[in-house]
Amino acid sequence: MEDFTLLMQIYVFVLAIFVGFELITKVPPTLHTPLMSGSNAISGITIVGALISAGVGEMSVSKILGFIAIIFAMINVVGGFLVTDRMLKMFKKK
Amino acid sequence: MQIISYIVYLIASICFIFGIKKLASPKTARQGNQLAAVGMLLAIIVTLKDNRILSYEWIIAGIIIGSIIGAVFALKVKMTGMPQMVGLLNGFGGGASTLVAISEYERIFYGTKQFEINVMISIVLSVLIGSVTFTGSLIAFGKLQELITGKVIKYPFQHPLNALLIITVLVMGVILVIQPINIELLLIITSVSLVLGVLLVLPIGGADMPVAISLLNSYSGIAASMTGFVLSNNMLIIAGALVGASGIILTIIMCKGMNRSLMNVVLGGWESAGSTGSSAISSPKGQVKSIDAEELAMLLDSVSSVIIVPGYGMAVAQAQHAVRDLMNVLEKKGVRVRFAIHPVAGRMPGHMNVLLAEAQVEYDKLVAMEDINDDFPNTDLVIIIGANDVVNPAARHNQNSPIYGMPILNVDYAKTVIINKRSLNVGYAGIDNELFFYPNALMYFGDAKEAMTKLVNELKSSS
Repeated sequence: MEDFTLLMQIYVFVLAIFVGFELITKVPPTLHTPLMSGSNAISGITIVGALISAGVGEMSVSKILGFIAIIFAMINVVGGFLVTDRMLKMFKKK
Repeated sequence: MQIISYIVYLIASICFIFGIKKLASPKTARQGNQLAAVGMLLAIIVTLKDNRILSYEWIIAGIIIGSIIGAVFALKVKMTGMPQMVGLLNGFGGGASTLVAISEYERIFYGTKQFEINVMISIVLSVLIGSVTFTGSLIAFGKLQELITGKVIKYPFQHPLNALLIITVLVMGVILVIQPINIELLLIITSVSLVLGVLLVLPIGGADMPVAISLLNSYSGIAASMTGFVLSNNMLIIAGALVGASGIILTIIMCKGMNRSLMNVVLGGWESAGSTGSSAISSPKGQVKSIDAEELAMLLDSVSSVIIVPGYGMAVAQAQHAVRDLMNVLEKKGVRVRFAIHPVAGRMPGHMNVLLAEAQVEYDKLVAMEDINDDFPNTDLVIIIGANDVVNPAARHNQNSPIYGMPILNVDYAKTVIINKRSLNVGYAGIDNELFFYPNALMYFGDAKEAMTKLVNELKSSS
């Protein structure tokens, strides 16, 4: 039995890229800045990996790297979503 | 237990997809952003329950520190500072991907698990892209914050050096994939990638920043996706791919807005960039005509339609509120006012829209270039505020001009064009703007904010 894990992951990656293209071409130019900052926050999803790295039991380099990664990713996530919300609040129509 | 996290990750992925879908309209956009945030929260909570996590002290500390820094950034930043804010956030995303990949490598290195080839490929790519994103974004931030000159910086052997570094890092990556037990090599790859990020963004000039920021945005997504491959986590792969696609689309839009290839931007600067020439008054094309606030106010008394063209100069002068006042006073007089937005106006995609939204200009008054370009011939008056190259008619007809072929706003077709600028200095492309010498063009000199405030006062006192 061969291992198809990588292939399945590539499937997911390619299909998600197509979904992304479809969705983002529909975003109007007026929202391009919030799109960037919002999608930026989504890329902070690496927090998931950082949490597991920092949560290991014994002290190690890996744990410290995970800790720094949590800080970076949380800045990205919290900063990104908040600033996007701040911007989107301002977009009004008469 | 594992099955529950997979299901929650799927729900989080759906939140991200619908969140971005809702960004298609300003009415639902805020909701969309909140939905994506909920997805993120779900993903974090379910991960905290993971049985590989044995201690929580460092996690809690990291979450608190990161959240506070992020929140302070987000609440303190001014709307004019948004491009550097997005640049900085991109960098942290890239940095996090790099750290997670190295950390995962260390875990396998000191653990009992075997290095698998697909994991190694993902680790190398994640480190490479993440590191380039990290330092590249910091440089972009420095340039936008004016800690580093925003000009095109050229250094000796720029292209051969970068090519050499890219090849080196790829070769080292292949070696590491084949012989994974070599932690020094991974650290060398990281270091070279960090240097590469600096060298790649350093030559990019200020007005090309919309492309650079979009591209770095895309990288941060792809790096996250690669981390997903490292951890065999489909949610990360999906979320990263969405961001990657978003960045690529914006990059393409920005490049089209300048009629330049991505290569041309990445390699740095217009071919003719660096040609100075600060004054165009002596140009053989003749004299420019100027107008003062009082005369301009009189002129505005007799118009029925106005299009305002904002550019980076409006952002620098923080003139968006003064511009909004101008719009209000004109609308009170019954003038139809709209804004024409060039795709690359400012320093990031949608920069002008955010500034004007901050000043409470309704978004339906901001019209994209392709939708408003045909309206200029029927427009009485155009006011250009701090824009230059994007309104230079040379782009349409002068094949020798470095900006030839770039789509521009056809402001010169309007009956009268007012150009507000501090001086006659050339724009980013380093070329004279022949529009200034056109018979229907009038220069209104002065700092954008002061000039607009003065004009508004004149208009108010005359009515």
